[in-house]
Amino acid sequence: MENLIALLIAAPLLGAAVLLCGGRRLDAVGHWIGTLLAGLSFVFGALLFADMLGKAADHRTVTQHLFSWIPVSGFQADVTFRLDQLSMTFVLLITGVGSLIHLYSVGYMEHDERRRRFFGYLNLFLAAMLLLVLADNYLLLYVGWEGVGLASYLLIGFWQHKPSAATAAKKAFLVNRVGDMGLSIAIMLMFTTFGTFAFGPVFADVSGTGEGKLTAIALMLLLAACGKSAQVPLQSWLGDAMEGPTPVSALIHAATMVTAGVYLIVRSGAVFNAAPDAQLVVTVVGAVTLLFGAIVGCAKDDIKKALAGSTMSQIGYMVLAAGLGPIGYVFAIMHLVTHGFFKAGLFLGAGSVMHGMNDEVDMRKYGGLRKYMPVTFVTFGLGYLAIIGFPGLSGFFSKDKIIEAAFAKGGTEGWILGGAALLGAAITAYYMTRVMIMTFFGEKRWQPDEHGHEPHPHESPKSMTIPMIVLAFGSVFAGGLFSFGDRFLHWLEPVTGHQEGHPPVSAAVVTGATLVVLLVGAGIAYVQYGRRPVPVVAPRGSLLTRAARRDLLQDDFNHVVLVRGGEHLTRSLVYMDHTVVDGVVNGTAASVGGLSGRLRRLQNGYARSYAVSMFGGAAVLVALTLLMRAV
Amino acid sequence: MSAAAVHSLWTTAADPISKIETPKIEYGQLSPTLIVIGGALIGVLIEAFVPRKSRYYAQAFLSAVTLAAAFAAVVALAAGGYGTTKAHIAAMGAIAVDGPSLFLQGTILLAGLLGVFTFAERHLDPLAHGNRVDSFAAQAASVPGSDSEKAAVKAGFTTTEAFPLLLFAVSGMLVFPSANDLLTLFVALEVFSLPLYLLCALARRKRLMSQEAAVKYFLLGAFASAFTLFGIALLYGYAGSVSYATIAQVVDGTVTNVDPALAGTMGNDALLLIGAAMVVMGLLFKVGAVPFHMWTPDVYQGAPTPVTGFMAAATKVAAFGALLRLLYVVLPGMRWDWRPVMWAVAIVTMLGGAIVAITQTDIKRLLAYSSIAHAGFILAGVIATSRDGVSSVLFYLAAYSFVTIGAFAVVTLVRDAGGEATHLSKWAGLGRRSPLVAAVFAVFLLAFAGIPLTSGFAGKFAVFKAAAEGGAMPLVVIGVISSAIAAFFYIRVIVLMFFSEPHPEGPTVAVPSALTTTAIAVGVAVTLVLGVAPQYFLDLASQAGVFVR
Repeated sequence: MENLIALLIAAPLLGAAVLLCGGRRLDAVGHWIGTLLAGLSFVFGALLFADMLGKAADHRTVTQHLFSWIPVSGFQADVTFRLDQLSMTFVLLITGVGSLIHLYSVGYMEHDERRRRFFGYLNLFLAAMLLLVLADNYLLLYVGWEGVGLASYLLIGFWQHKPSAATAAKKAFLVNRVGDMGLSIAIMLMFTTFGTFAFGPVFADVSGTGEGKLTAIALMLLLAACGKSAQVPLQSWLGDAMEGPTPVSALIHAATMVTAGVYLIVRSGAVFNAAPDAQLVVTVVGAVTLLFGAIVGCAKDDIKKALAGSTMSQIGYMVLAAGLGPIGYVFAIMHLVTHGFFKAGLFLGAGSVMHGMNDEVDMRKYGGLRKYMPVTFVTFGLGYLAIIGFPGLSGFFSKDKIIEAAFAKGGTEGWILGGAALLGAAITAYYMTRVMIMTFFGEKRWQPDEHGHEPHPHESPKSMTIPMIVLAFGSVFAGGLFSFGDRFLHWLEPVTGHQEGHPPVSAAVVTGATLVVLLVGAGIAYVQYGRRPVPVVAPRGSLLTRAARRDLLQDDFNHVVLVRGGEHLTRSLVYMDHTVVDGVVNGTAASVGGLSGRLRRLQNGYARSYAVSMFGGAAVLVALTLLMRAV
Repeated sequence: MSAAAVHSLWTTAADPISKIETPKIEYGQLSPTLIVIGGALIGVLIEAFVPRKSRYYAQAFLSAVTLAAAFAAVVALAAGGYGTTKAHIAAMGAIAVDGPSLFLQGTILLAGLLGVFTFAERHLDPLAHGNRVDSFAAQAASVPGSDSEKAAVKAGFTTTEAFPLLLFAVSGMLVFPSANDLLTLFVALEVFSLPLYLLCALARRKRLMSQEAAVKYFLLGAFASAFTLFGIALLYGYAGSVSYATIAQVVDGTVTNVDPALAGTMGNDALLLIGAAMVVMGLLFKVGAVPFHMWTPDVYQGAPTPVTGFMAAATKVAAFGALLRLLYVVLPGMRWDWRPVMWAVAIVTMLGGAIVAITQTDIKRLLAYSSIAHAGFILAGVIATSRDGVSSVLFYLAAYSFVTIGAFAVVTLVRDAGGEATHLSKWAGLGRRSPLVAAVFAVFLLAFAGIPLTSGFAGKFAVFKAAAEGGAMPLVVIGVISSAIAAFFYIRVIVLMFFSEPHPEGPTVAVPSALTTTAIAVGVAVTLVLGVAPQYFLDLASQAGVFVR
């Protein structure tokens, strides 16, 4: 059965190869090939899941060893897959949501000439993401990590004719490089510390290692997670990444890839558990990001950017939970899965709205769409209720647990983190209500564009609405299903470990507080946007609003501190390079070249001088041999 | 008279009363060589009896089938355990059938097979009077530029003798690394050298240069052979036998008195040292090690390019195989004497090849110097004197031969009015005009340079690792420095192809037939497979890395 693991990755990889190398003749069927292979991968995943359920909880981890890439003494680079409950969860999420989004894209990308290529990239992404979560060592994980980065780059810049898309792709790539450096340094540190980078041996050796080294490794892993999961300070790329086609935003930049950082932290739990200082930094990063993203989400008029801010914020929750250690790991992953459902659903809904509105993204030009797009309205609405944590829906269970766990951290830290999480919940309710009202309620505000075309909002085709409906089911029921009898907890506990948190106030009080702030947040939004007309042109707004529209000045900060500083640094390095390094290098090269020119003259073309050279050589050879015996 | 029979006569001549035994020959185990010799002989008959029109097809087909059959025989022997558990010395002590023999024979046969493909290519040169022509002269005997040459071209002659010559050369190369006494070694050396001298003279274009190359190669080859033969005589004087096993025993001191007639000289270490140095020198000549390398650039440049590719790959494999066996089987007892000397040779070879290559302007000469530098790298593995050393050299040779044949096959494609455009300036901007050909060549160059994910990296890594573990760390450092120097000129060609403006009257890239395409494709495939997943082949080489004694 474990032989299926490789097939899980091989199916989409084959799809990518076929679609990207197949050329135009596959244009007509390419999207179905891609969808089929994604679905096939999901079937393999489901079979493996069924197999896993049949085993005892402690014996569910299976590995598949494919081959070793140049085993050298002391350096073992194995291509080995590891399927345990944690990776199984991801496999189902990735292939399940992935297949649905493939299906959705069939309709969404219908009029795009390069649809085959799009599906090739999507398949490539699935393969890389599966490799990332199935790898049994950090080096192989790194391959998948880079692979999803590449796929993300290709897909953000898919409409490369738009300069903004090309720039956004480059930005995402560059910011991710910073995180990737963190991961590579972490791997190197692991290798020097443990002599290996396979999960099992590394985690087993943690106990005997100094805390300083572990903290360094953990912080480098956190840097990697920040890059991939758009956490402060490496958050700046995610908003621009919305330049990519909406299915990409849903799959890669909401449901799966951006959660890879959370996976990395939870997977490396053993390292983080032994480095409490690093864990504190993780929680701070999570708390700051969850507020940062939420505030940005409040100010955006672009529906996808508002959702991107929300994604950042929700991943902040997950990172916060992951930083709490064993009391939070399970809930981080649970929120990750429920978020995968409702955020993918929300993005697909946004895509459906854009599809019906001539690709308009400005919510100020929407309004009253519930009449025109009933299916989209209902599915988006369910996703909305799920994300704000409406009682009974998915987000309620998973987010509530995280807030409780944050309070349970204890001491002042617990109060601060819990307070931030609670405040984030209020802001979440605010900005999501704002999105909901501006899009689906109120008067219609769209106008003819400069060519005189007036949008004719209409419901999207079946291939798009079916995935939305399926995801809406997930948004509604997943949380309850997971929480009922602590099923998810028992499922994941053998891998991540769990420790019951004890909040300073009772859990019921925390839940009650959460519901109160939810009502307050949603109420304010209703007063601001539901009770009075929404202006078509954005008002100037307060200082905070204006800053939030500019993503809280993240780009300005990066420009002043990093770009300028970097320019000064490179200029001085270039000067060093030109004068000192080049002097040495060119000097060496010139002398080697000169030597070459002189030696070359020995090769004069006369057989007689060649023979002399051979004779001399033979004489030296004999003399040396005799000499060696003499000494 | 077969080599074995000569050998048995030789060893029994000193004992006048013993009767001559009937030689016992294990034909099955010698079948790879016998098949190739048989094919070559049939090739000669084809030249004599088949009408001129059909000879090309008959010869090309026969050669390919012969080599494929011989390869199948090698695989069958290896599968039958002759490379490992059943390894032994066959043909009355003349031939060793063991892991290294079979591995190298397999490599040589595959190189020969790809060589046949490039030999048989007839789509590159423009039609000569309506006839398709290959790389070989219309009539080798006619004086270049003479009327008889023109007549031969007009009549559509081609030198189809090239195919049996290749087969003869291959047969010698098969025996060379498996020879288990010095006389067989020498006979094999001559058997593969003579056809190569001839093949070098057969170029269709630039015939004077080709003939000059052949004469130089012949003269210097004869000179080197003389050294070898004299060395063999001295070793016989020392040990009283030409058999590897006996000499090794005398070196070790386990046997002291083989032949009463030689009591005066036996055990005289001066004979051993001088003799060994001279035999080794003959082999170093064949592998192209400095300072015995000077024929290499001239011959590589002058010979028809398919011959150059075949020769560069297969000769190196055969000669290094023989060198390994000589040093590991015959002379392990005096390794403290030869190791420092080989150190010196390896160092000057690596550095010399890499440094002089920098100022080359002709692609074939560039590749010739590159092959010299590679000989140095392989010598570093030879010096390791360990099982890892043997297997790393075996792997390196296999990897290197495919890259080499592929690279020279690409060289045959880039042509202008005068035939192949080998001057580097003409290769400028090739990547813009023919991206595929340039990309393929770039893969080969990266493999030569030893960039990861190509076979060159895996090979170099294996060799340097073996050398380092064998205590030759300074050699590895110099090897890495040489690699860095060598990377310069390989990358320079890539830069030239992809980042320079194309030459306005630049060469055109001829579209080859399936033959050359196959040779190049196999070269690329092997280069990438050995680079990405080398483990299986490293294991294979490691299994094959034990000499039978």
